[in-house]
Amino acid sequence: MSAPLSDPSASNRRLGLRLFVLYLFFYLGFVLLSAFGANWMERPVLAGLNLAIVYGAGLIVAALVLSLLYGAMCKSEVPPKSDASSSEVPR
Amino acid sequence: MIYEPSWIAVFVFFAFVGATVGLSFFLGRKAKSSAGYFAAHGQIPWLVNGVAFAGDYLSAASFLGICGMIASYGYDGFLYSIGFLAGWIVALFVIAEPMKRLGKFTFADALDAKFESRGIKAAAGLSTLVVSVFYLIPQMVGAGSLIQPLLGFPHWVGVVLVGIVVITIVVTAGMVSTTWVQFLKGSLLVVFSAVLVVLLLGRGFVAEPERFDSIGPLSQAELQQATIDGRSVLPPKDGWNEHDDLVRLQSDGDDGFDVYAIETTEQGTLLRRAQSVTRSDEGTLIDGAPLGTVTGEKQLMPVGTISKLPGDATETGPLGPISFLTTLRDSEVILWRSRTVTHGDGSTSSVYTQKPTKGSEVLRPGEHPKFAGIRKPELVGKLNFLSLMLALFCGTASLPHILIRYYTVKDGAAARKSTIVGIASIGFFYVLTLYLGLGAMTSGAMDLTDNNMAAPLLARSISTWLFAIISAIAFTTVLGTVSGLILASSGAVAHDLLVGVFRLQLSEAKQVRVAKVSAVIVGALAILLGIWFKELNVGYLVGWAFSVAASANLPALVMLLFWSRTTRQGIIASVLVGMLSSLGWILLSADTFKSVYGLDPETAWAPFSQPGIVTIPLAFLTLILVSLMTPKPTDLPADVA
Repeated sequence: MSAPLSDPSASNRRLGLRLFVLYLFFYLGFVLLSAFGANWMERPVLAGLNLAIVYGAGLIVAALVLSLLYGAMCKSEVPPKSDASSSEVPR
Repeated sequence: MIYEPSWIAVFVFFAFVGATVGLSFFLGRKAKSSAGYFAAHGQIPWLVNGVAFAGDYLSAASFLGICGMIASYGYDGFLYSIGFLAGWIVALFVIAEPMKRLGKFTFADALDAKFESRGIKAAAGLSTLVVSVFYLIPQMVGAGSLIQPLLGFPHWVGVVLVGIVVITIVVTAGMVSTTWVQFLKGSLLVVFSAVLVVLLLGRGFVAEPERFDSIGPLSQAELQQATIDGRSVLPPKDGWNEHDDLVRLQSDGDDGFDVYAIETTEQGTLLRRAQSVTRSDEGTLIDGAPLGTVTGEKQLMPVGTISKLPGDATETGPLGPISFLTTLRDSEVILWRSRTVTHGDGSTSSVYTQKPTKGSEVLRPGEHPKFAGIRKPELVGKLNFLSLMLALFCGTASLPHILIRYYTVKDGAAARKSTIVGIASIGFFYVLTLYLGLGAMTSGAMDLTDNNMAAPLLARSISTWLFAIISAIAFTTVLGTVSGLILASSGAVAHDLLVGVFRLQLSEAKQVRVAKVSAVIVGALAILLGIWFKELNVGYLVGWAFSVAASANLPALVMLLFWSRTTRQGIIASVLVGMLSSLGWILLSADTFKSVYGLDPETAWAPFSQPGIVTIPLAFLTLILVSLMTPKPTDLPADVA
């Protein structure tokens, strides 16, 4: 095995999983609403735009916001020696 | 439609492709070791790698397919944009850092990091090959259809040209130059799409109610006459008699006819202009006259018009990003639907009829035939939709050419940062696709027979230069994605299968040489498949690749990371079951029956077309069951000893 699980990477993983679950529900809501409540999608909700566009564009914006949040909150790993191990000759 | 190649287009095009190949030669000189060939020595800066993600990911299907789908059906194409982007969340939050930590060159490395098993290497290498080849087909098909209008070459020349250029790039260079090509192409694609959208918003909408002529309103008696509008009615026979809502009138300037669709309105019966293409062994006829540009010949008229603007205005002037959408909502657009008329001699005609559609209807999901199921009460259509959205969500993080890009940066933090850059550029681009698609829908420049050309044709309706640039970028898009895929497959053959499975003792230089030979073979295979599958829809093929990738690769990867009880046998079984079940399902689905075998789709075995919702859970379940039936991984060494 290369680098063992160090503390920052474990906490990053927990953070990643939480954000993932958050986004999963947001995406699931969109998909289920499209599948079982397609008529809701054409109602105007914001600035004359319908729910399909607002929710759809919202999913794209949310992905960006969550990923920036993740980038900002992640602990940086101690610069590992994996640098050397990853460039070593295979086998 | 007939495309006349313009010198500007040809010049810009060759300048682009030449620059791309030149750059790859220049950068590729240094890549001699296998670490350099497969993973660019892990020395690519994260910002460059992030944009290169966009270059890898925004394939011909994203750019051409989604825009085309939005242009002909509205919002539904945007569902692909949403699903394709959402998949990156899985990649960033779940896969990115462990992939970097566990692996060295390929996806199989990461999967096998814990076990050192030949079986895992074989299964993962095989699934990498299968997914890459599946993903290659639509790229090659797309390349062929791009070359056709741009340079006037036949489809197969385009496919061969792409194949040769890509093989050259991959063989001479490897991952370093592939990455820089992706970076270049990714940034150009996003920047010029943004320019196109700005120009599009600046142009606004123009209403063209008179673009296609209508006759009427007529009474029932007038409709039964032998002449309508002073022209003789052609007798409905030879297949045309099957369609009693179509009427053909003798054309004025040529031997052909003009087709009209009969529409009943409140004022009486209206004849709305339609267009037809007849294909037979003797050649192509447009509305009964030979295809061409001189007198007596005809070509299809470009389509994509607004018939009514809010307040009956004739044009809107410049619009903002929101007023673009709200104005469209209150307008009426002319979409076109096709049907097939079968003639006595076995030839067929595609007849395209106008369908005036409310703007609010093109801004909601469920208009495309593939998505229409969500507006019907039957559960099957809804399941098909859920299945596709699941495959898109899970597929991204399992695509081999995306996964290998985690090995080109130096550590986990760089992997994370480059994914974030990737998400930002890809997300921005996908928002643009909505405007590009809807802009093409209303540009008056669409080709009825090829909606893949929507985005380049939209550019042409603005300026020839822009058309040349956008087409050249679209072509380098194909080049980039194809070289990434070929690189991933050559890595699978050389690194996973030969060295990992057959334990061949290859020196580094030899490994690289074997990889290059495999790149040539996979490239040649891709050329053949690209010519063979010419008729298939590009987006449709990509959907398959995502389903296979998600079913074969994702369950094993996720469980390995999050369930310590996962065993070697569990991983092998899961990859194989996921790959074979999704492949089998696709080959037995109604869509394949119809467009590949030419059989009646009603007789297909699979209940709906998209396998993901069944095969992804199946692969998870297989992994869990097999793992529980085999010894714990930690016990293994002791047991074996």
